[in-house]
Amino acid sequence: MKPSAFQYHRPASVSEAVQLLATLDNAKLLAGGQSLMPMMNFRAVMADHVIDLNGIAELSGISLRDGRLHIGAMTRQRDIEHSPLVAEHCPLLVEAYHQVGHRQTRNRGTLGGSLSHFDPASEQPACILAMDGMLVIQSPRGQRELPMSAFGQGIMSTALEHDEVLVSIHFSVWPAGHGWAFEEFARRHGDFAMAGAAALLELDAARRIQRAVVVVCGLGNGPVRVSAVEQALIGFDTAALASAKPGTTGFEALAAPASQLEAFDDPHAPKEYRQRLAATMVARALRRAALRARGEFQELAA
Amino acid sequence: MNSPAVHAAGVTPNAPDMRRVSLRVNGKPYSAEVESRTTLVDFLRHSLLLTGTHVGCEHGVCGACTILIDGRSARSCLTLAVQVEGCDITTIEGLANADGSLSILQQALSEKHGLQCGFCTPGMLTTLSEFLRDHPAPSEQQVREAISGNLCRCTGYQGIVEAALLAASRIAADRP
Repeated sequence: MKPSAFQYHRPASVSEAVQLLATLDNAKLLAGGQSLMPMMNFRAVMADHVIDLNGIAELSGISLRDGRLHIGAMTRQRDIEHSPLVAEHCPLLVEAYHQVGHRQTRNRGTLGGSLSHFDPASEQPACILAMDGMLVIQSPRGQRELPMSAFGQGIMSTALEHDEVLVSIHFSVWPAGHGWAFEEFARRHGDFAMAGAAALLELDAARRIQRAVVVVCGLGNGPVRVSAVEQALIGFDTAALASAKPGTTGFEALAAPASQLEAFDDPHAPKEYRQRLAATMVARALRRAALRARGEFQELAA
Repeated sequence: MNSPAVHAAGVTPNAPDMRRVSLRVNGKPYSAEVESRTTLVDFLRHSLLLTGTHVGCEHGVCGACTILIDGRSARSCLTLAVQVEGCDITTIEGLANADGSLSILQQALSEKHGLQCGFCTPGMLTTLSEFLRDHPAPSEQQVREAISGNLCRCTGYQGIVEAALLAASRIAADRP
């Protein structure tokens, strides 16, 4: 349970990091280390070179520019969770972070590290997909941008080339008054989710849903948008919601397409179980998002 | 493995990648040579002989090795020693009062039977000392969430939760 021997590199800039990445054989980028370090301890990963990104100040930071929130790839999860800017403009991400690992892992773990690791159960790729995020990627050839929807290539596999590093993430924020919710089911708090759902809603003046995003994670190779649910939600009248009991909100039937998604099958959570769970998570997330959009959700103290 | 016979002609095994690390642990400066693959917890225990921090699962699940890096709790099995160059580390050895008496939190843990075998205790105490600093008046639910990343197989957590709440009330009473 110790990492195999490697050479350690600590570049001070992104350009230095991508140069190292382009020239060294069998090199791994070390971000927060909360996934890579266990894999190295288990020797599931045996790198000859470890390039530590923790000395690159330009990779961290949160800013709002022209209605878009920009988050540096090496920004710690806990700094995002407690950022007033994120709380105001992307509360979905804050709610999701309450389910991401534990306080100790969020203190070290980074947004960019989680996206690049691309665990299918991870909450962060699901949220960035829901926000229609753009990823800024750098290599010795320069920078390129890629939408989150084109980033995932399978389990723990992304569109990053061997000499590319994720630099930052940016997305357009939803207007004040939108509804949001992140819901997941795991066997213990902080465990990998068997199914999770992110929901974003906007209501019109008559308090009917006019815009909806629904993303499910934990089922298959990566997070997916469930457009069949999104389309069915348009025009949904939220008037009866406050008095409706959970389970009879009308969202249960609309969430049904989530139970048709491709899903893993394992002894802890068979395929059909995950699929049903996904629909339930979507319905719950939609209920809370809609109540929030109506200003009728009783928030618990954080 | 280091015998030249097992290597092709002209190929020598790589020398260990050694680095010097200088840091402060519990306020005291230390400097030592370390192989770059050494985890922080092994460095604390084997190089600095601070064996209060326990090694449990070595993959970030059990929380026994939790220490504070610049005041923030972290798994020392998921951090390399070379990464904490220049950092301020707090371990279980640094939590007692200057005169060696137990801190308010440690005293409360003892009174409420918040430990039995003691294996999880260093991680519980470092985690909770950061938590109580940030949340001086926590609810029981918040305490339970705070220690959700620390496994205890003896107590059933009840005594630990009670100790954290007792310590919070005593720290509040101490404040003017």
